[in-house]
Amino acid sequence: MNTPNATVSPVASISFTEQVSWGVRRLFVQLGVLPFMLVLAVIVFGTLSDQFLSAQNLMNLMRQSVYLILVSTAQMLVLVTGGFDLSVGTIMALTSVVSAMVMQSLGSSLPDMVALVIVAGCVAGLMVGMLVGLLNGLGVAWAGVSPFIMTMGMQSIGFGAALYLTGGVPVNRLPPAFSDLFGFGAVFGLPIPVLVTVVCVLAIHLLMNRLPTGTYLLAVGGNAKAAALSGIDTRKVLLMAYLLCAVLASISGLLLTARVETGEANLGGTIALESIAACVIAGVSLRGGIGRVPNVVLGAIFIGLVQNGMNLTNVGSYLQMVVLGLLLIIAVVADNFRQHMILPSAN
Amino acid sequence: MYDFHLLHTEGLSRYYPGVRALDAVDFDLAAGEVHVLFGENGAGKSTLISLLAGANNPSAGSIYVRGIAKHFANVHEARTAGISAVFQEFSLIPTLTVAQNLCLGEEPLHNGMLDKQGLLKRAQNSLDELGFEVNASALVATLSRAQQQMVEIAKGLRGQVSVLILDEPTASLTELETTHLFALIGRLKEQGVGIVYISHRMQEIFQIADRVTVLRDGRKVCTVKAAETTHDQLITLMSGRSIEKIYPHIESRPGEVVLEIQNLSTRSGVRNASITARRGEVVGLAGLVGCGKSELLRAAYGLDKVTHGKVSLKGRDHTNASTAQSLKLGYFYLPPDRKHEGLVLGFRSTSNITLHALEGSLKGWGGWLRKKDLKDMAIRAGDQVELTSRNLGKAVGLLSGGNQQKALFAKGLTSNMALYVFDEPTVGVDVGTRSALYEVIKQLCEGGAAVVLISSDLPEVLHLAHRAYVMCSGEVMGELQGNEITESGLLSLFFGTKEGKS
Ligand SMILES: Nc1ncnc2c1ncn2[C@@H]1O[C@H](COP(=O)(O)OP(=O)(O)OP(=O)(O)O)[C@@H](O)[C@H]1O
Ligand SMILES: [Mg+2]
Repeated sequence: MNTPNATVSPVASISFTEQVSWGVRRLFVQLGVLPFMLVLAVIVFGTLSDQFLSAQNLMNLMRQSVYLILVSTAQMLVLVTGGFDLSVGTIMALTSVVSAMVMQSLGSSLPDMVALVIVAGCVAGLMVGMLVGLLNGLGVAWAGVSPFIMTMGMQSIGFGAALYLTGGVPVNRLPPAFSDLFGFGAVFGLPIPVLVTVVCVLAIHLLMNRLPTGTYLLAVGGNAKAAALSGIDTRKVLLMAYLLCAVLASISGLLLTARVETGEANLGGTIALESIAACVIAGVSLRGGIGRVPNVVLGAIFIGLVQNGMNLTNVGSYLQMVVLGLLLIIAVVADNFRQHMILPSAN
Repeated sequence: MYDFHLLHTEGLSRYYPGVRALDAVDFDLAAGEVHVLFGENGAGKSTLISLLAGANNPSAGSIYVRGIAKHFANVHEARTAGISAVFQEFSLIPTLTVAQNLCLGEEPLHNGMLDKQGLLKRAQNSLDELGFEVNASALVATLSRAQQQMVEIAKGLRGQVSVLILDEPTASLTELETTHLFALIGRLKEQGVGIVYISHRMQEIFQIADRVTVLRDGRKVCTVKAAETTHDQLITLMSGRSIEKIYPHIESRPGEVVLEIQNLSTRSGVRNASITARRGEVVGLAGLVGCGKSELLRAAYGLDKVTHGKVSLKGRDHTNASTAQSLKLGYFYLPPDRKHEGLVLGFRSTSNITLHALEGSLKGWGGWLRKKDLKDMAIRAGDQVELTSRNLGKAVGLLSGGNQQKALFAKGLTSNMALYVFDEPTVGVDVGTRSALYEVIKQLCEGGAAVVLISSDLPEVLHLAHRAYVMCSGEVMGELQGNEITESGLLSLFFGTKEGKS
């Protein structure tokens, strides 16, 4: 039998350098290329800019990254089922616009009940986000539309709707408490957006690892027909993936709205592609069936970190696009290489 | 005779556009019996069991469990009624572990959370109980086909099962694992489980069957008691004609050496193996599942990396050559896994058969394809393997398992090759077609080509090979010639005793 674990183990007589290279290889096989790229990026930007590793910049980085972390985790849920969600940006935008409009109009008629206004706004935003997720899920699972087309269509519909609702004008005059709390607030020194993100990510991690649902998501992506033959209701699982994805994207939309203090239709511009890139760098298979939450969080942080580092070192935004594209491709090539090392006779 | 019916159907039918896959079949199964379904490729066996197991909906007719009419909307509902199936097409998820697959949909929980330890333990226990040597924490993608089959069987047996359906479970198992399976079937029978069993291997049918139902073109021909029927009778019932001899006599006229493998080791687990193949003879390659018999010739073909040793093809060095070079030099390899390696499932048979000839004779003036030649070529090759023209035009994915295998076989017949390596060529092929495929092997061999037959089906090697090698854990254990090729001679080498070495 040719088990994959039959790699040679280090013998006492081999040299130190060989041991190190063996250790690095093992690390690479187990963790993938991402940790190496992260370390490399930290070293490069740390030497190029003395601000990069300052506590303040790291805090900044964390604050900036939470939106992408949330959306990437959301994206992963759909990617592992073998789909895509190109409408995550639209979900953020719709959430932002709707929640802001509700808060604005309720705020002027009920100026004394701030808490109620904020809750109503958030609930309205989440509901719209979930509506998009529901439609995505129904389209993919019941109507059999390909995820690419379904979510691309929804992205256009949602963006159009957001622009139509606002007339293209940002919605402002939100209750200041909303931004103070969800945009800039902190508990025990931990910013609330970071806290919310940690809670969401932990919940999804639990879902993927400690609940049967996680296995079902992976199973549907690994082989949908086989999953169905194993008695799994694949349509329900798919619907849930798109719904959960929408909820997370919507939360991210709320947090960002609080941060920018306006409801904007342009909120989630490029986040769909960025979140897919973060997932792919983190080893999530675009064919479905493979994906781990901690890696995805690292992937999102990596993208945030590179963008932050390039900003500090004055790399122009045009060149930043080139660099990010390159990194994405390098990550995928490295991962293919790793697959070969895991399965020697890759069939 | 059987007054208590565990399961029976009345007028069960399934129609597809233009095909009556199953046509008004009355079938019944008693507790504690093994009921074999027998019939040609495309006769409707898999269709029947997919209806019984809830994987498919009948167009007409009904299913009764213990006399009560049932309607299964999905596999899960059938399972709840105690009906469990191991399908011909694998239903494992390659990206999950064996344990995750075995417990899929029925995960053990602890305070509402997944009990990962319990999951692993339960899976490993169920495998060990069945005597299957598979590691429950391994990823399914890393298992061999036979190991996957074992996991599949273990999965079918979870929970309370009163009807177990097995669709060609032994197609990719060797004798040893088959023995385990039959022992298991014996135990289940004693517990009163009814078993529906599909196989194209005749000897198995007489080994375990109580009754046999013969299907032809979607209709039931008859149900007979296994003890009251014979080989020939079954074949006549199945095909409507009689086939005197399944295995043809192949003339051996050994000529020049085409393939010579010397002291070959590969990354995939072959160790220091040497074999030769000459023109005009059939060389058999036998051994247990995972012994490296397939890996050896895959490496020679260019699919796996050679780490040590030498391959020469037609006298020239061919070590670590590419598959394209192999094909160009006349080395044809027929892979065992038709779904993943052999066929493009969305293409018609015609396109599949001619796929690797596109670069060669079919390319006409200016690089344009010769459409007419392409069609003729496919029809000619299809004729040789008895693939009817109706099936030639269908997407391969819609064909029955055995007809897919025929399409795969036909790929090798589009041009004259010097060396044909057939890796498990008759997996899931009905007896009639099998004799046709053997006839093709005979013609190829007597026409002067070298043939290597890698097979887990012992009778196949016994009857066809002029010379046979047996492998065990990556090594060649011995070589047998002519009359030395006997069942006991081969089996004694299976487990690594070198005494039979000549
Ligand atoms: N989805 C489908 N669409 C059209 N035709 C189908 C479909 N599924 C099966 N068929 C046809 O139904 C017939 C019966 O197929 P089935 O798979 O039941 O055969 P089988 O007896 O199991 O054969 P084998 O021994 O080769 O596995 C075949 O002619 C097949 O082509
Ligand atoms: Mg079948």
